[in-house]
Amino acid sequence: MYPTFSDLKKLLKQNTEELKKIKVALLGDTATQFLNVALRGSAINAGFTFEIFEADFGQISRQVLDPSSEFYEFEPDYTIIFESSHKLLGSFYKQKDAPLSFAQNKLQHIEELYQTIQSRTKSRVIYCNFPGIDNQVFGNFSHKVESSFVFQQNKINYLLSELAVKKENLFIADLVSIQNKWGRNFMFSPNIYINSEMVLSLDSLPIVAQNIVGIISSLEGKFKKCLILDLDNTTWGGIIGDDGLENIQIGNLGIGKAFSEFQYWVKALQQRGIIIVVCSKNDEDKAKEPFEKHPEMILKLDDIAVFVANWENKADNIRKIQKVLNIGFDSMVFLDDNPFERNLVRENLPEVCVPELPEDPADYLEYLYGLNLFETASFSQNDAERTKQYQEEATRNTASENFTNLEDFLKNLDMISDVQAFNNFSKPRISQLTQRSNQFNLRTIRYTDQEIDDLMKSENYFTLSFTLEDRYGDNGLISAIVLEKLDENSLFIDTWLMSCRVLKRGMEDFTLNKIVELAQENGFKKIIGEFLPSSKNQMVENHYQNLGFNFQEGLWILKMDDYINKEVYINKKNNTHE
Amino acid sequence: MNNEEILEKLTAIFKDELDNDDLILTNETTAEDIEEWDSLSHIQLIVAIEKAFKIRFTSSEIQSWNNVGEMISSLESK
Repeated sequence: MYPTFSDLKKLLKQNTEELKKIKVALLGDTATQFLNVALRGSAINAGFTFEIFEADFGQISRQVLDPSSEFYEFEPDYTIIFESSHKLLGSFYKQKDAPLSFAQNKLQHIEELYQTIQSRTKSRVIYCNFPGIDNQVFGNFSHKVESSFVFQQNKINYLLSELAVKKENLFIADLVSIQNKWGRNFMFSPNIYINSEMVLSLDSLPIVAQNIVGIISSLEGKFKKCLILDLDNTTWGGIIGDDGLENIQIGNLGIGKAFSEFQYWVKALQQRGIIIVVCSKNDEDKAKEPFEKHPEMILKLDDIAVFVANWENKADNIRKIQKVLNIGFDSMVFLDDNPFERNLVRENLPEVCVPELPEDPADYLEYLYGLNLFETASFSQNDAERTKQYQEEATRNTASENFTNLEDFLKNLDMISDVQAFNNFSKPRISQLTQRSNQFNLRTIRYTDQEIDDLMKSENYFTLSFTLEDRYGDNGLISAIVLEKLDENSLFIDTWLMSCRVLKRGMEDFTLNKIVELAQENGFKKIIGEFLPSSKNQMVENHYQNLGFNFQEGLWILKMDDYINKEVYINKKNNTHE
Repeated sequence: MNNEEILEKLTAIFKDELDNDDLILTNETTAEDIEEWDSLSHIQLIVAIEKAFKIRFTSSEIQSWNNVGEMISSLESK
């Protein structure tokens, strides 16, 4: 699945004008020209074009601490700091005293760099952790000697993760895990290092670069949301239709252990918020039988958001799945043991990620562990609820078929929305929504937790968040509005986004009613909307027009005086603390 | 493998790594002669040659070559 370094270098000759441009600063203490090339190539594969500022190596502190440096002049969106374990070991050898506080001192320095960058720019910081060099000075005993390099290096990596938990704009590029996976001899070529001051081998560069680009893609809202599973010989061993319930391999039977462990992994992804979908060539009742009756199945029907088992071709089935889930094809991963099905999906739906699953199911997991498929930029409790919400949506779809007119259906839903200004509880979910929402998003402005916090405290901004609950279930927080005070009369809609799960319920009308209410209470005369087209938000191209805004010089204006509340079937939740 | 065969194999590697199908290698060719052959692509070439010939150059060898012929001598000594 990984391109070679040469492949990446060749990509740079392509015309990338139509790709989204991102400014990245690359600061390292060893030669970074190769990483630079690999990053730009990987970025193109991920649909971005990186403009990279690369400092001369060994300049990390100077660039960061000097407020007039080229680094600040460049105004990066992201700053990648890559310090090598070699230089770390070098400075460990050179230090005169206090090996016991080596890690602490290093972390203090890193935190200072981070804080300095944060105080002067909006750049997010991606820090590479330190893949281990076991210098064997103490052998295994180093773990009992706090002053050993091995001990201090492990401590630095641990403390770095701890720092990342606390600092919202600090992200770790996990080179330690990459080395664990691929091995030190793969990561590092001594003869090349001696001649070029380059610590990452040519073979490891595409992997490192793809990981770093993965972090940036996630923060830019591009990541995998859904895993589509084949069943026979992918989720269990054997063919349910031929072998029958008792003879499929799962748990203790045959090579069942491979499939059990695979299912545990899928279950963990589901609990993290990945939508799990089944797409199988089978009769539906036979395909569902193991989920319902087999005692050793880890995955249950409850874990599956959409279950498709029929004899149609898989590309068509995935198209149907896409319609139900309303997410992009590029956010889907399709796993199937059958090369024919994989190629069929690749050819028809090139945006879907289709890993080349190895022939032996025993290899599935280690192969998948090497791909970093499910990089993410956030995690909130709401993620674990996602499967349930999609299942409820499927039920709702069935229910809507029983009503001949939409109004009756909507009335019957008993919808309730909790409308609130952003607060500390909703903050993580809101920043996540700004990162995830691509389709129903008028300006596609991404916010981190920290930036949401700034909005909450600012006097120039008003914020609104909406939940939506109905008789079939709770969708959680599904819409966020950020309003900027331009002057005493005008309120600008900086952000209007909504989860596509709740389309066609009148939520847009309800939201506008609440925006107008807020505007009127604060004495504004008009609200101003703007549509900034992205590659994914055509859905809301006519949003403001549909809501009755008037187009003037590139913006959409709505006057407060003559606004008539829109009819909706959503009630505002009464909050005791209001 | 004789000198000629090695040269032929090297030419294919150079063409691929340097993304230049018109390039011609002789024993006398140096980095000066090929525009794409800079310090960055030099490393690419070394790694590609190591893979293709299933050998490892020593770090001194990497520094020592003045032209393609000397590179081939290193290969022949493996």
